[in-house]
Amino acid sequence: MSDYIIKNGFVFDPLTGIKGDKKDIGIKDGKIVEASEVKGGKTIDASGKTVMAGGVDIHTHCVGPKVNVGRLMRPEDKLFRSRTKVGNTRVEMGFSVPSTFATGYAYARMGYSFLNEAAMPPLHAPHVHEEIRDTPIVDIAAMPVMGNNWFQLEYLKNRELENNAAYTAWLLNATKGFGIKCVNPGGTEAWGWGMNCTTIHDPVPYFDITPAEIVKGQMETNELLGLPHCLHVHPNNLGNPGNYTTTLDTLKLAEGIKPNNKFGRDVVLHNTHLQFHSYDGTTWADFESGSKKVMDYVNAHDNISFDVGFVTLDETTTMTADGPFEFHLNRLNNLKWANTDVELETAAGIVPYVYDKNIKVCDIQWAIGLELALLAKDHMRCHLTTDHPNAGPFTRYPRVIKWLMSKKARDDLLHSFKWSEKVIAATQLESMDRELSLYEIAQMTRAGPAKCMGISNMYGSLKEGTNANIAIYDINPEKMPKDPELIEKAFSETAYTFKDGVMVVENGVVIATTPKYTVWTDVKVKENAIVERDIHEKFAKYYSVGLENYKVFDEHMHNPRAIEVDATN
Amino acid sequence: MSTVTLTAKGTHELYLEAYNVTPDAFAGKTADEIAGLECHEGNRKGKLGEYFDIDGNGGETAADTQIIVKGNCKKIKRIGQQMTAGEIIVESDCDMYTAGWMKGGKVTVKGNVDSFCGIGMAGGEFIVEGNAQNYLGSAYRGDWRGMTGGLIHVKGNAGNDVATFMRGGKIIIDGDAFLHVCTHGEGGTVVIKGNVESRVGGQMVKGDIYVYGQIKYMMPGFKYVDDVEAEAVEGEKLTFAHYIGDLGERHSKRKGEIIYGNIYLKK
Ligand SMILES: [Zn+2]
Repeated sequence: MSDYIIKNGFVFDPLTGIKGDKKDIGIKDGKIVEASEVKGGKTIDASGKTVMAGGVDIHTHCVGPKVNVGRLMRPEDKLFRSRTKVGNTRVEMGFSVPSTFATGYAYARMGYSFLNEAAMPPLHAPHVHEEIRDTPIVDIAAMPVMGNNWFQLEYLKNRELENNAAYTAWLLNATKGFGIKCVNPGGTEAWGWGMNCTTIHDPVPYFDITPAEIVKGQMETNELLGLPHCLHVHPNNLGNPGNYTTTLDTLKLAEGIKPNNKFGRDVVLHNTHLQFHSYDGTTWADFESGSKKVMDYVNAHDNISFDVGFVTLDETTTMTADGPFEFHLNRLNNLKWANTDVELETAAGIVPYVYDKNIKVCDIQWAIGLELALLAKDHMRCHLTTDHPNAGPFTRYPRVIKWLMSKKARDDLLHSFKWSEKVIAATQLESMDRELSLYEIAQMTRAGPAKCMGISNMYGSLKEGTNANIAIYDINPEKMPKDPELIEKAFSETAYTFKDGVMVVENGVVIATTPKYTVWTDVKVKENAIVERDIHEKFAKYYSVGLENYKVFDEHMHNPRAIEVDATN
Repeated sequence: MSTVTLTAKGTHELYLEAYNVTPDAFAGKTADEIAGLECHEGNRKGKLGEYFDIDGNGGETAADTQIIVKGNCKKIKRIGQQMTAGEIIVESDCDMYTAGWMKGGKVTVKGNVDSFCGIGMAGGEFIVEGNAQNYLGSAYRGDWRGMTGGLIHVKGNAGNDVATFMRGGKIIIDGDAFLHVCTHGEGGTVVIKGNVESRVGGQMVKGDIYVYGQIKYMMPGFKYVDDVEAEAVEGEKLTFAHYIGDLGERHSKRKGEIIYGNIYLKK
């Protein structure tokens, strides 16, 4: 392995507070070191360029059964959109549901090094881990979906927090998962009865628990265990006009709950793809932005964070464990629909979707995403995602950065819409002059997500001693380009990407791959005979697989990198 | 109009993917430059010059470029794929995807074509003097946007799955078709002057199918409403029995009227 000195770049590293200073960065044995410690390494001239830590994606659907069904049901997603192989890379296929190779390479070209797969159905964890192995370069963690899990519904209904914590620890271990993901709490289970939960007080059939009790109980469980990441919630009532009230009700559940962890995490609740949850109005006809009402609350409460889920106005593939929502979407657009029930755990649905710039609702969704990020006061708690591929493919992050950094870019698009006047009336984007800085972009794309997930000692920072994951962008903060397209171009293809100290991308071309890791959370808890009995009983009674076949086998795990948590006290 | 004449040498052992044989790719190029254009034989990348003798230069634009292809093209795919203007005349049979995703111009094949020809067509004219195999003027696998415009005219017979997911344009088949015509149709017109076996208009929500001969097995989702006079092909005014369907599907409304797919069966 070569050592490097990255010389004269403008460095943006929010976790160490570096705001565009010229600074040399050293790479030695795959780690970041003081530049003076590198003797005889190769020199990379980064003058006139921007240097950041490798990107960290807090919410992406990049691996697993849902993504793969998307690939299978959408062969047309690959048509005329594949890259033939270059050098020793593999063929890349697909746009909204790219192949594993396309996913890894495209993230690397954008300078990313860590992805959090946002919805792992526990029963299908082996498939998730096999795809993690096959996705090159980037390290990946996966969150098991728990918001409709029968064990949790029962423990939380009875307020048996210790039992719920023991079960959660067991499930993280069984699936080699990273943290607690909660999707449409209770609503997906209600879908099994043909129903849904659209407020936090709708009782779940049979289990007689409310979404509010589930979310609160899971937050408490999370802090009882002291997990690196906080509870990661996709609230009820996604995608419906007027749903901002459900969102505020959900966020308020975090009031009074304090973070308890040794990973530097300050928040207790992460609301994912907030864009889909910030809708005002009562129908699609009077649909309008609710971004201000939501952001007034988020800005005033520092124990919550969110990622945006920007709509990118592309043809894409929606996929979520929110089964009822996908059914609803299919009735709106009449395209293909896949649906599955995952036994005692969760469900999933998949529907292609075209965010058409000639449709008013799509444009308002686009504006709401941007408004959230422009209204945010603290970008350590506001993260860049497209809920890939739900609101758009992750390969559009550079385009989103362009819109955030250039009023001209977003205004040009806004005024080109067929219904631009109506869109302007339903949103406040046109009146917003704010243009985000490179520092804020670094907060949104690496430092913030890493801190929120409790992994900032390994990812998202250029601190000495962290893994040498580095992105060098061809953009000069002292001479920001007049043409916003150049911003998009610079963030699409790095000048260089380093992963664990290996140069994997040079001038936008993938030139090497390097061993990549699976990050998971290994929680030790006290022995709990009740939970052990419950697990045995439920497997004997209800599951279609035996307990011993359920757990992820060691051979499914690719280069595990465990985060140790001791919750035995 | 400049004419480029290609003569297939017959040197390919595998199927040849000749996606660059289009007026768009040839425009502004000399015969030598055209010989350097890429193609694929199986997974091996090659150059058109290895497989064709090339005579004549391309015109200034696609619109003033004509291509004549001679020799045996039975195992040559994708001639005319994605072309936007100009003309191609193939003097033999052709393989799959001929005139696929065509946007404009004209392709004439003097022999037969294989499957997936005229797939995803958006504009222009595609004439087949012989027969066409399956998936003529259909959608790409998985896509819900099939043919949206242009004209396909097959003077012989066609196989299965004509016009799947058709949304616009016109297909005329002088002979017979077999199973599945206009499945998932959402617009456009198909005229079959011969007979059809069955499954005509399955899951169709909009569009018109005219059959001059017989439909051996009518879909149960269609119902007879009236007799009408219509001119499916210019200059051929005929009387048809008019059926609407597919009644099992969703149907949109326009000005209060429900829109159906239509089958017109010649009386
Ligand atoms: Zn998601």
